[in-house]
Amino acid sequence: MFQALHDAKLVWLFGGVLFLLLVSTVIGKILKSRHRADASRTTIENLNARIRAWWKMCAIFAAAILIGRVGSLILFGIISFLAMREYITLVPTRRSDHRTLFWSFFVIMPLQYYLIGIQWYGLFAIMIPVAACIFIPPSMAVAGDTEHFLERASKLQFGIMVCVYSLSYAPALLLLKIPGFEGHDARLLLYLVIVDQMSDVLQYVWGKLIGKSKIAWRVSPNKTWEGFVGGVLSATALGTALWWATPFTPLQSAGMSLIICIVGFSGGLVMSAIKRDIGIKDFGVVIEGHGGILDRIDSLCFAAPIFFHLVRYYFVP
Amino acid sequence: MNNGIHPFANLLAAVARGISGVQVQWAGCEPDERQRIYFANHSSHLDFIVLWSALPPEIRARTRPIAAKDYWEETPLRRYLTQNVFRAVLLDRGAQARPKHPEEPHFVGRHLIDEMVGALGTENSLIFFPEGTRGSGEKMGPFRSGLYHLALKRPDVELVPAYLENLNRILPKGEFVPVPMLSLLTFGKPLRVEQGEAKETFLERAREAVAGLRRIGAA
Repeated sequence: MFQALHDAKLVWLFGGVLFLLLVSTVIGKILKSRHRADASRTTIENLNARIRAWWKMCAIFAAAILIGRVGSLILFGIISFLAMREYITLVPTRRSDHRTLFWSFFVIMPLQYYLIGIQWYGLFAIMIPVAACIFIPPSMAVAGDTEHFLERASKLQFGIMVCVYSLSYAPALLLLKIPGFEGHDARLLLYLVIVDQMSDVLQYVWGKLIGKSKIAWRVSPNKTWEGFVGGVLSATALGTALWWATPFTPLQSAGMSLIICIVGFSGGLVMSAIKRDIGIKDFGVVIEGHGGILDRIDSLCFAAPIFFHLVRYYFVP
Repeated sequence: MNNGIHPFANLLAAVARGISGVQVQWAGCEPDERQRIYFANHSSHLDFIVLWSALPPEIRARTRPIAAKDYWEETPLRRYLTQNVFRAVLLDRGAQARPKHPEEPHFVGRHLIDEMVGALGTENSLIFFPEGTRGSGEKMGPFRSGLYHLALKRPDVELVPAYLENLNRILPKGEFVPVPMLSLLTFGKPLRVEQGEAKETFLERAREAVAGLRRIGAA
């Protein structure tokens, strides 16, 4: 426990995050005092609410990293649980899916994180895509309800792949054994999360500042080409500048960051499309009070497995 | 004991809130210590406990559920839960409550009403599921007449409609293990029996007051 504190570069990374939070809090306060009564007020209030949420999320994340590998596993396990719960709430299921859902929540999900905990890479990598995805359809068929059968089975498979399998790749970074980087794997996880989340934030900021041409208006009216290019480029620049905390050279770090940003963006786009398909108007109520975990981590779910396998392929002998 | 609430009751309420991730909205009234009858749709064993846990502790301590005697006295665990933990008012919906005439399908014996009036006393509130039994959650069943008779006997008690959403997906009838999902609980505007209002008219109005609180899938 608290090994993280002995890793100077990790402490620097956290210091950087803290600095960013302080700067954005000050900017939020200044904006608030300047625009007391005009139309941009709701945007600024929303911005300040987001900043407050970031403080909390960073504090929780820092605590998990401090505790060590178990802390990260528990944190991501809980996030998976909350995300899956949100997903299943939104996706129509039927009464007959109850048992299968129970297995998914209480057996498959904990097992996935347990396998990472005991560092069984071989099984961790195939348990859900092979075993769970083969288990789900017959388990639903046994319940005897054929209405929308393929749809129901596929929706559960997709949900468990995104919310559990893909997301679990983030803490799984801690079991990669990179020569010359032993004991510093927490930095790799932090690097992924910083680049991925900053890409989201910077896309939002660039979009608000200069965003005009929509990428896919029907899917997400907030995603613009200006926001996308500006966000991806600046987050990639940030990732490149963080090369010292990773096993990468600056150029490698630039490549990794670019991939994280682009894949992460695609994840956000896919999850937006799903929400529109389900009918976000109705489910907005549910998500409002609960913060919408899935909205926050959609990009991470897509970026984590790609990042993991790139690192594993190129840096783990 | 805290406020006279059984410690298990508080524990179970916390667990139910955790599993159901319930978001509570007081849309038509505010939490109040006055005597009330909360009536809601019924599709899950979680219904009562979630509704009960949504009330502030001081109100919770004086709010009792109405439960079916035949079901809740069947096993020692159920008996313990209803009698010791939640101080439920157990009513026999069996033989005596069977319709005596086919044109009166939801007749509830007079003594059942008296028992409920007795349970209200001078300071208690009740949680009541007028459908009488758990439904599938898709469509509410017709309301039994108990609510009407009770309202006539105690016009001073407020009738608060509530709609519980998604709990049938979390723990449907016939299942023993819950699946975690988010749920919604909406309290509506209190209603009363109007001067000279017919039983059927009132029960239909009460049913619509509950159904109208539905948030997901509503227009």
